[in-house]
Amino acid sequence: MPPRSDGPEQIPIDADDDVVRVRQLVRTYAQQTKLSLVDQTKLVTAASELARNTLIYGGGGFARVEEVSDGRRAGVRASFHDEGPGIPDLTLALADGWSSGSGLGLGLSGARRLVDQFDLDTEVGRGTVVTVTKWKR
Amino acid sequence: MERVPILKIGGVLLVSIQIDLQDQSVLALQEDLAEKISSTGAHGVVIDISAVEIVDSFIGRMFATIASISRLFDADTVVVGMRPAVAITLVELGLTLGGVRTALDLERGMKILGQLGRGRDA
Repeated sequence: MPPRSDGPEQIPIDADDDVVRVRQLVRTYAQQTKLSLVDQTKLVTAASELARNTLIYGGGGFARVEEVSDGRRAGVRASFHDEGPGIPDLTLALADGWSSGSGLGLGLSGARRLVDQFDLDTEVGRGTVVTVTKWKR
Repeated sequence: MERVPILKIGGVLLVSIQIDLQDQSVLALQEDLAEKISSTGAHGVVIDISAVEIVDSFIGRMFATIASISRLFDADTVVVGMRPAVAITLVELGLTLGGVRTALDLERGMKILGQLGRGRDA
């Protein structure tokens, strides 16, 4: 059974306050899908880290949020798209404490720990797409 | 950009975060607080996050930075009112906030600062 979709919602990430808007949109979806409060908080926190990465490292882009289902359970999927420099060394980028910027280096690795599914598609010179999913328990 | 207000109660500065923090607001708060501690000679800072729904690595780092800045002005910082879901998420994210003093609520936070303040005057 293919994933069900209620039509993804897309918003730009071009400025600091867009990160706040992404958080709010993801929270709305997480509440609609009736994720537990802890799972809502984890997903919104992961989205905040990833949206900031899109802005700072990717030079801006957009986020797409949708409700999904795998046939057994509902979930929320959020993806973060940029056309920035890409990530040359994925192992390094996903390691705790590593950062190419001024951050703590917890963005990618921390976000991955907070969600159920984490997919990273990156190409040097082309950009990065990070997709995360949290399923309802 | 929204700014977080800083209130002064005796020798303590109270910061109650009631907005959805964007990064610029976080940076502005750090600067405003440094300015205010320096100008008032406050001995303590309480950051009330009971209305804060998420703390990500940027916001979490702010607590540690504010605590370090306060220390340079001989002031102590206590973060109070963290929601349980936020605490669970922070730990999983990998942010331990070592070096940042916390208290369950505002009342206990003020009490801790009162005790620390007295110790300093003695």
